[in-house]
Amino acid sequence: MQPLRTLTSVALPWPAVNCDTDQIIPARYLQKPRADNFGHYLFADLRFNGNGNEIDTFLLNRPPFRHARIIVTGRNFGCGSSREHAVWALYDYGFRAVVAPSLGDIFANNCLKNGLVPVLLPEPVVHDLLDRIARDPDLELGIDLLAERIRLPDGTEHAFPIDPFAKECLVNGVDELGYTLSRADAITAFEQRHGMA
Amino acid sequence: MTGPNGLPATIFDKIWMNHLIESREDGQDLIYIDRHYIHDVTAPAFELLRQRSLAPRSPHLIFGTPDHYVPTHSREMTAINHPERRAMIDALMSDAASAGITVFPLGDRRQGIVHVVGPEQGLSLPGATIVCADSHTSTHGALGALAFGIGATEVGHVLATQSLWQKKPLNMRIRVEGQLPEGITAKDLILAVIAQIGVAGARGHAVEYAGPGIEALSMESRLTLCNMTIEAGGRVGFIAPDDTTFDYLAGRPYAPKGAEWDAAVAAWRELRSDPDAVFDREVTIDANVLAPMVTWGTTPEDALPITGVVPDPSTLADPEQRAAMAKSLAYMGLEPGTRLDGIAVDRVFIGSCTNGRIEDLRLAAHIVAGRQVASGVSAWVVPGSGLVKAQAEAEGLDRIFLKAGFEWRHPGCSMCLATNGDAVAPGERCASTSNRNFVGRQGPGARTHLMNPAMAAAAAVTGRLTDVRRLVEGH
Repeated sequence: MQPLRTLTSVALPWPAVNCDTDQIIPARYLQKPRADNFGHYLFADLRFNGNGNEIDTFLLNRPPFRHARIIVTGRNFGCGSSREHAVWALYDYGFRAVVAPSLGDIFANNCLKNGLVPVLLPEPVVHDLLDRIARDPDLELGIDLLAERIRLPDGTEHAFPIDPFAKECLVNGVDELGYTLSRADAITAFEQRHGMA
Repeated sequence: MTGPNGLPATIFDKIWMNHLIESREDGQDLIYIDRHYIHDVTAPAFELLRQRSLAPRSPHLIFGTPDHYVPTHSREMTAINHPERRAMIDALMSDAASAGITVFPLGDRRQGIVHVVGPEQGLSLPGATIVCADSHTSTHGALGALAFGIGATEVGHVLATQSLWQKKPLNMRIRVEGQLPEGITAKDLILAVIAQIGVAGARGHAVEYAGPGIEALSMESRLTLCNMTIEAGGRVGFIAPDDTTFDYLAGRPYAPKGAEWDAAVAAWRELRSDPDAVFDREVTIDANVLAPMVTWGTTPEDALPITGVVPDPSTLADPEQRAAMAKSLAYMGLEPGTRLDGIAVDRVFIGSCTNGRIEDLRLAAHIVAGRQVASGVSAWVVPGSGLVKAQAEAEGLDRIFLKAGFEWRHPGCSMCLATNGDAVAPGERCASTSNRNFVGRQGPGARTHLMNPAMAAAAAVTGRLTDVRRLVEGH
């Protein structure tokens, strides 16, 4: 994953509530090797018809949303299956942030491991963003991860919460495995205390 | 036993504390993982390990079995007609072999859906932490374990460190008062729970199921219940271990034996939430009034008693909800006001980690016995494991299904999510004992109605969604 500090982009409005990971990437793509560009499989059944051609009415197939790097969506986005492929599909396509009132628990963890910034905002704020995008599809949202702020061109800004450690990982483009490996002694000590080692 | 500082604690708090290695300043806890299940979608996690020149830290705590990509019409690898699917199973076998991990391979009687196999082998134990790269890992909570699904990167982390950073979820208790009426199953109960609290109702929470309606449940019913906790948004669902749990586990291949068993049971009996433990959220449901449930839409919360009718979007005040329901009904090909009892089906799928156990097959066979699959309906039974299949065959259930015109298949995830190619065709309607009725879940354009195994059997023999109670009462 790439380090990320700030990001400015048009945003894909995706007002669906409870969008499950089967919609983000259908299960038949779970057999694809990670070396593939999973962006090709993002929203596959909604984005392409049976012949593999783009469905014109699907927003992601239209300018300016085709190049969106932020998705603004409804409650409980990414619920359902634990497939990390859903995050890979969004990330490989080019998305770097998901703005939503809430995310599925497993999906939220998977986002942090892959450089997809969860921007959790109150539902009325998300609805306001969706309204603004509906009025002006070219609206660019600015995400400042260091400052934990999302900014609009008119100066409006909203703070969003993010755990400091997770933020550090996202900013530096690393996952936490390296850190945990440095804590191997603590894990071994736990095993010894519990008679496991 | 109480929680830290002598404060009253829930079972969940206690298991969490028992596995806490250390805490980080940001509130994340490093939790020790006792049991790690792997299957044939775990390949990306091993790839991640190889990229960093790491190997599994504790192979003896890891068990695997192929389930998502196995063919159910044959036990031969050559029967898998897709190279990518074969590669997924090959990867599991070679990753496990090179790390010294035990796998129950294709052809082994112990092979099956990982969430059926773990409890069946006595690998899922009370008080243990269990993870697997599958959201239905919540199933194992039925035994009093803290079990949850994780993503591929987290799998890599557990492989390398036998631990996982997690923010501790909140405590939620779902109390089930009363008793399930005759013929009403754990599947109906969990669908009713999800209909009540919604698909995000337990998000951020670990769910303890408690109360008289839970204590009376068999272990297999408890597995069904905990399995679908994730469909209410909760990663963790569990039940305090009791004699039902211990009777189920006693003598299982990997369960403790002899003096170790006695010591284990004594410790497990202590795993109860303290009477004055505080839950962040409490929900109560009355089991006495439940009817057979069936879903009509495209999320598991879209569930109603079979006596109901397809809901009408125009009755909804909120325009977004109205639009969402209309979209859902359009996908499902249903008209508002249609009686659920009587909707014609094309396919029937009895199986999955939700309802692929012996008790489920017995319930279905009881309805099927002496009847025939309706003309034009394709009905399958896919046992959850090789041992379930063998048990069913020993009881003659396979002959009941076959005589009625069902297909009797080999164990695997199969048509629950169609990863192995067992798919419902576009536009076809399927009565399914699985766990998700999402758009496209059983194949692009597939229309899924979730229900219990007896209800699915009733749909098979009548060709329609049917209130199974009518068949039992012989009306």
